[in-house]
Amino acid sequence: MTGADDQEVKLTCRHVWKVYGPAADRFFTSGKGDVADAAGLIESISESGHIGAACDVTFDVHFGEIFVIMGLSGSGKSTIVRCLSRLVEPTAGEVILDGEDLLRVSRDKLIDIRRHKMGMVFQNFGLLPHLSVVENVAFPLQIQGVTKEKRLARAMEMIDLVGLGGRETSYPRQLSGGQQQRVGIARSLAVEPELWFLDEPFSALDPLIRRQMQDEFLRLQQLLHKTIVFITHDFLEALRLADRIAIMKDGRIVQIGTPAEVVMQPADDYVSEFTQDVPRVKVITAGDIATSADLHPATDDVVDEHATLEEIMPRFAAGSDVVAVKSGEGAIVGSITAQMVLSALADSHAAGDAA
Amino acid sequence: MSPAHLRARLPAPNLLVWLVFGVLAILCLILRDDEKWLVKYPKDWMLPIEAGLEFLMDWFTANFKPFFRLISDVLEWPMRGLQALLQASPWPVTIAIVAIIAYAAQGWRLAAFCIASLFYMMIVGYWDESMSTLALVGMSVPLSLMIGFVMGLLGFQFRWARRVIEPTLDVMQTVPTFAYLIPILILFGIGPVVGMVASAVYASPPMVRNLMLGLQRVPDNVIESGQMSGCSAFQLLFMVRIPAATHTIMIGVNQTIMAALAMVIIAAIIGGFADIGWEVLSTMRKAQTGQSLLAGLVIVLIAMMMDRISRGFAERTGEIHVRRSGNYIARHPWLSSMATAVVAGTLLSWAAPVFSAYPEAWIIYPAEDLNQAVSWFTRNFFDTTDAIKTYTLYFFMLPMKAGLERIARPGSWGFEMTTMASVIYWVILVAIGGLAARLGGWRSVVAVALLGILFYYGASGTPWPVFVVAVTLIALQVGGWKVALFAFLGMAFMLLSGAWPRAMLSFYLTATSVIICFVAGGALGIWAAQNDRVSAVLRPINDTLQTMPLFVFLIPVVMVFLVGDFSALLAIIMYAIVPAIRYTEHGIRQVDPVAIEAARMMGCTERQILWKVRLPLAIPEIMVGLNQVVMFALAMLVIAALVGTKGLGQWVYDSLTNARFGQGVIAGGSMALMAMIADRIIQSWAASKKRDLGLST
Ligand SMILES: Nc1ncnc2c1ncn2[C@@H]1O[C@H](COP(=O)(O)OP(=O)(O)OP(=O)(O)O)[C@@H](O)[C@H]1O
Ligand SMILES: [Mg+2]
Repeated sequence: MTGADDQEVKLTCRHVWKVYGPAADRFFTSGKGDVADAAGLIESISESGHIGAACDVTFDVHFGEIFVIMGLSGSGKSTIVRCLSRLVEPTAGEVILDGEDLLRVSRDKLIDIRRHKMGMVFQNFGLLPHLSVVENVAFPLQIQGVTKEKRLARAMEMIDLVGLGGRETSYPRQLSGGQQQRVGIARSLAVEPELWFLDEPFSALDPLIRRQMQDEFLRLQQLLHKTIVFITHDFLEALRLADRIAIMKDGRIVQIGTPAEVVMQPADDYVSEFTQDVPRVKVITAGDIATSADLHPATDDVVDEHATLEEIMPRFAAGSDVVAVKSGEGAIVGSITAQMVLSALADSHAAGDAA
Repeated sequence: MSPAHLRARLPAPNLLVWLVFGVLAILCLILRDDEKWLVKYPKDWMLPIEAGLEFLMDWFTANFKPFFRLISDVLEWPMRGLQALLQASPWPVTIAIVAIIAYAAQGWRLAAFCIASLFYMMIVGYWDESMSTLALVGMSVPLSLMIGFVMGLLGFQFRWARRVIEPTLDVMQTVPTFAYLIPILILFGIGPVVGMVASAVYASPPMVRNLMLGLQRVPDNVIESGQMSGCSAFQLLFMVRIPAATHTIMIGVNQTIMAALAMVIIAAIIGGFADIGWEVLSTMRKAQTGQSLLAGLVIVLIAMMMDRISRGFAERTGEIHVRRSGNYIARHPWLSSMATAVVAGTLLSWAAPVFSAYPEAWIIYPAEDLNQAVSWFTRNFFDTTDAIKTYTLYFFMLPMKAGLERIARPGSWGFEMTTMASVIYWVILVAIGGLAARLGGWRSVVAVALLGILFYYGASGTPWPVFVVAVTLIALQVGGWKVALFAFLGMAFMLLSGAWPRAMLSFYLTATSVIICFVAGGALGIWAAQNDRVSAVLRPINDTLQTMPLFVFLIPVVMVFLVGDFSALLAIIMYAIVPAIRYTEHGIRQVDPVAIEAARMMGCTERQILWKVRLPLAIPEIMVGLNQVVMFALAMLVIAALVGTKGLGQWVYDSLTNARFGQGVIAGGSMALMAMIADRIIQSWAASKKRDLGLST
């Protein structure tokens, strides 16, 4: 269901390893992480008392995509996103941004890339305690040497965007957690980054505000179309936001796929454990089950291919036998009957039980 | 019970070592009268350390003196300038500016306090002296902050620098204050610059420490967000780390200011700048009690003002600034009100000379009245004060110093130290030892035995091999072989350099005062921990005592008890009791409430909770307090040399007045070594206690 965004690759993470410990480097002879026997290497890393925080991690992130990395606490999510931004140096592997190996660029170039291409939102906000809201948001611009007038104007724009207008002279300490995180978001957006990293941005917030922030996040993404790497340990959050999900366990990626793929075809017990309690109707979309056998169904009922089954079911309840499915561009790409919806739910349920 | 605990219960091999030591001690004590070298370390066995040091210094001065003299000249003129400026500017201007700063720091109460204090200085006629002191502090603090800033940054950025800086700071904080002055005096020549340079150097460690600490404590996510904003290394340091660490850094600034003031006052001993420290010192030497009280009060007030103002700013660092709007004046209220004060004050002083310099005729100098009051007091309470002094001296201090064997006379103790009497003494000691064995195991027996020997033979009568071996063994048991080696080498230095007899005198005075501080301070601390009102009364007193420059403590004791060891003891106690009180109270109060609730549920009475739960759990914290007590006592010991004590402190002072570098290094170094040995032993003791209690890993 990557749909219309299925285009070029923006960011590639190729065989990235991050090993913590006294002699982490000795496991790799070259800088490249594509070792023949990854499983064996992981074994010997943990046996020697080292920690493999990220092991042989490989994935692509496409332009304009929301790529969610999820996993339990300690599974290496933060480590990976810090490798992508080079806040930590990977022990081995390649990170390729716009065709350039990020791990080989010079300090100055890296600073330049961070200034202009990347934005990051931190789990614990990471606001500068000595600066007011507007100064915090303007800080990345100040670092770049933008004049005071320009940067304050831009910061005010961002503050309005995240709905904090009127609080710009407050200090971080005077704000609630949700408000602080909005400041973090505004700050990361101030430089108009192409690539946006968010490390568990909403985990510290209570459920109501989290939901609100998720909606706001989706609204912003509609507006801005960034390429996003989003970290979470909350599977429902991943489902709501993701175009694709990567699931991590003990430093490794165990599955990458669309939310529906992950729910319907979990790669192993670990993944199905996660997806067990997920209501299928909220995950499976029209596009996932539509059949292209009948491109001209006799109905006026048309649904978007991204609509979930939960959203389509009222149509059947209202009396329709069949609904047409249209793509993002508006062309009819297939149709769905009530019977198909039922069997999709029954199938996935059976699959869940069997696992 | 874990095997480790079981092993701790078994006597061997530690007890065995002490038994061997016991045999050695008895042997030494029996042979003591025949073999004089056991008590008096022979001259032939010493090394010419002093001469070597003198030689080195001579060589150094011969080559580098002009360079240092140049620096001295360069530094002198801005300082004289500042002094002239402060003395010449009309007093309303000075008072107004200080008041505005105080108001900005902490509000109108502090401003009022500062105004009153400054008026006191003026009315009593110490205005010019106070301004001289301010000028010295005003010059040395920025220098000190600069040194501290550079060193702190280096230490933070580079591991190799930290490896040099940290031990240097440890040493710097144990070297007695006077000892700083000696090399500086020799290099820079007599003059006020010595005091300035000395205090700039002496006051920089707190800045270094706090800067390093503050920078290290900036949370990772703040750093990372700076990095992701694209900060260069330089921007990260100056726009993220340092601003985020402001609070800790400002605490360092406060401590640096107070240390600089303390050193400036002490350096007054060199003379030549007509500052307030000199005034106190010279009046005290002439036994002009009233005068020295009046001048001492000025120091107290200056210290309180500086402390409150700089602490106020430190506490304000986290505060929200209200952004002011309007024109330039409205946006900068502090600057503009100061400018107004300068203009208005200057105009006033032109209009009426009263406002330019406070008229001589209006000075009220009640020194004579004070003198009379003091002498009335001493006359009327002479019996009491003299009794206190005599009893403490004869029953506690002198035995510790020279040994009961020489002190016990019919006139004081009521008996002659006959063979019979000494047999009785040892029998009593054995009895106490038996009791200690039942209550606290063999370790308590060792403690009782050591104290018994010390009390009987005195610090100066105990054979040095016994002393050296005892301390080394203690160090070995508590801290392992590294601490033991350090202690042994430290004592060897004192023996070889000829500092031993004086070191023993210092040991006696320190040990005596530490014991008193520990017992009295501990009791007060326990009381304060149980009673909030007591705690509320003690806290401001402790705060004030802690910020006072050390000279001040001498004034009241000399007034009542005249010069001598007893006055020194009192001065040391006044200063060094503070950490004993504080740490005991804090240690008891911070005991995990769960443990106390559990004890209460088991039916413990409050008294049982105190003795069986709170105190044992508070021991590590109390030990840290003990450590501080020792450090404070040694710091004061040097100052106490001014009231006529003998020992290392007096030796340091003597080498300062005679500009004897070698002797100064040996004496100062020995004191630093004493402090460091005590520090290592007590710290490792506290650490092992903490481990046993499971309070740390
Ligand atoms: N600096 C470090 N030194 C040693 N081990 C580390 C370090 N940083 C992370 N680790 C280890 O790497 C593993 C992965 O940590 P990481 O922070 O990436 O987890 P996470 O998935 O982000 O967890 P959370 O959801 O709790 O944030 C953990 O086992 C952690 O202990
Ligand atoms: Mg994390």
